[in-house]
Amino acid sequence: MTELEAGRAQGLAPLRGGSVLQRYRDVLIALVAFAVLASLPLLTGSKALLDFVIRCSAYGLFATSLNLLVGYTGLTSFGHGMFFGLGAYSFGLIMQKLGVPIPVAFVATLAITAVIAAVIGAICVRLKEIYFAFVTLAFQMLIHSTILSWASFTGGDQGLRGGISRPVFLGIDLANHVHLYIASCALLILGLLGMRQIAQSPFGYTLRMIRDNAARASFLGIDVWRAKLTVFVLAALFAAMGGMVMALFVSGAYPEFAYWTISGEGIFINMLGGVSTFLGPMVGTVLLLLLNDTVTRFTEYHGIVLGVVILFFALGLRKGLLDFVAEWFSQRRDAGEGR
Amino acid sequence: MLEIRNLAKSFGGVKATNDVTLDFPDGSLTAVIGPNGAGKSTFFNLITGALKPDAGEVLLDGVDLAGRSPPEIVRHGIGRAFQVASIFKSLTVQETMLAAVSADQRSSAMLHKRFPLAETRDRAEHVMELLGLAGKRHRTAATLSHGDQKLLDIALALVLEPKVLLLDEPTAGMGPEERWRMIDKVRELWDTQKITVVFIEHDMDIVFKIAPKIVVLCYGRILATGTPDEIRNNSAVIEAYLGTEHAGAAA
Repeated sequence: MTELEAGRAQGLAPLRGGSVLQRYRDVLIALVAFAVLASLPLLTGSKALLDFVIRCSAYGLFATSLNLLVGYTGLTSFGHGMFFGLGAYSFGLIMQKLGVPIPVAFVATLAITAVIAAVIGAICVRLKEIYFAFVTLAFQMLIHSTILSWASFTGGDQGLRGGISRPVFLGIDLANHVHLYIASCALLILGLLGMRQIAQSPFGYTLRMIRDNAARASFLGIDVWRAKLTVFVLAALFAAMGGMVMALFVSGAYPEFAYWTISGEGIFINMLGGVSTFLGPMVGTVLLLLLNDTVTRFTEYHGIVLGVVILFFALGLRKGLLDFVAEWFSQRRDAGEGR
Repeated sequence: MLEIRNLAKSFGGVKATNDVTLDFPDGSLTAVIGPNGAGKSTFFNLITGALKPDAGEVLLDGVDLAGRSPPEIVRHGIGRAFQVASIFKSLTVQETMLAAVSADQRSSAMLHKRFPLAETRDRAEHVMELLGLAGKRHRTAATLSHGDQKLLDIALALVLEPKVLLLDEPTAGMGPEERWRMIDKVRELWDTQKITVVFIEHDMDIVFKIAPKIVVLCYGRILATGTPDEIRNNSAVIEAYLGTEHAGAAA
């Protein structure tokens, strides 16, 4: 009896401390990452490098939010880019037309995105795999054509021109390049922390159950539809955050931000980096942007090169880069345990 | 007490469940047998909400659950395991149990805390011990043996602390020795947990040995109900299903 209890306590001990420790560890990693990124302007005067990090922030938020759907829930959305575009346009329009402080526009954009995502999600998440993929794609095209045809409001195919005014708030001047850089990094780190919390919460494990076996989840008393809708809206919010970073970066918004190719790039990033780890999409983002920037410098046929890389990852590896690393580590651990 | 009243379900012209009325008293252990296509699985699916009945009632302690959704019926206390182990292949045994308890405690939508919640541990631990899965807690479900996957499936149902546990062929796909181990486990669970257990089984030796009460389904109807001896000697059952192998002489 005592032996049994001892065994039980042993099994539980690492578990009990584990979940709390894990949270502190994540916050610590985030702080270190932010400190490193924030000190970059002190070390280098390269504007191009800082621009690169800002773009990584925008795309990284977007791609990681897509992974909440694809990797964690098994919902392969082909239209997730609509929320990237929606974020950029909502934010840009609110700043241009209303001239409110930036934090107000930020929150208002998230609210608008939540409402629209809830409506679109309510229609889409009931659908099975391929239908879900294509109906989300259809909604993306709908939003894209609305932006194109409602020229008086959105600027049509010219986009939101004339720049987005960036009034100073709390001593932060986003018209200043370094301020914008630090703000982008902060949004990226906060966004990643938020999504990490979602992934590691009880809700995150509900998502994994739905991905593995939705029917069984419902026989455990889980409302599958509601959980899918919730994650659809949450993912849309983080994608919109990415869109806002982009809008601030280019000081405008363009129809390409809402075009289906953005969704395609998101999927590609997830394939590159891998969907089985939380940071896979972040690694994929850096890889894709690096690849894109270097290849376009050397050849005008960059589409061919990118296509070959896609084929290599999709057909050759059948998984993303971090998937490989994670697998290697778990194999080593298993070998170490002597199994 | 689980009472089934005039339950009916048709697929096209086929009456898969035809006017079935049955009582399962609290704490009873019942085997459901019948030839292939007799409507055994359909019967389970109707009770658990996987299918909606055309007519009839499913009363659990007087509350009619017929036609409600699976999550609702589970919350009222009817748990089930599946013929083909229905598990979460990428979760570990321990994660599976903890997540199931979370679902039962209505914290499965919680965002602001980390998984697993402290209050889910004792129940998860208890059921893992009960089914002998505690030593395999860190194994990913997909890597478990077939038998352990079936046990995990049953553990998933059991961890919700159901009043009624429906087991759809707990021994499906197992070798002879493994079968007996599994069915001894089922019997032990029934003994110790004091819950109502209904199970579908094809192996007549197992059924006659451990089930105090047997229900025979045939073409969606109840052909007979009774103790093993009554069933063994029932001429209609012998003719439709048993043949002479298990017939009266053996008793």
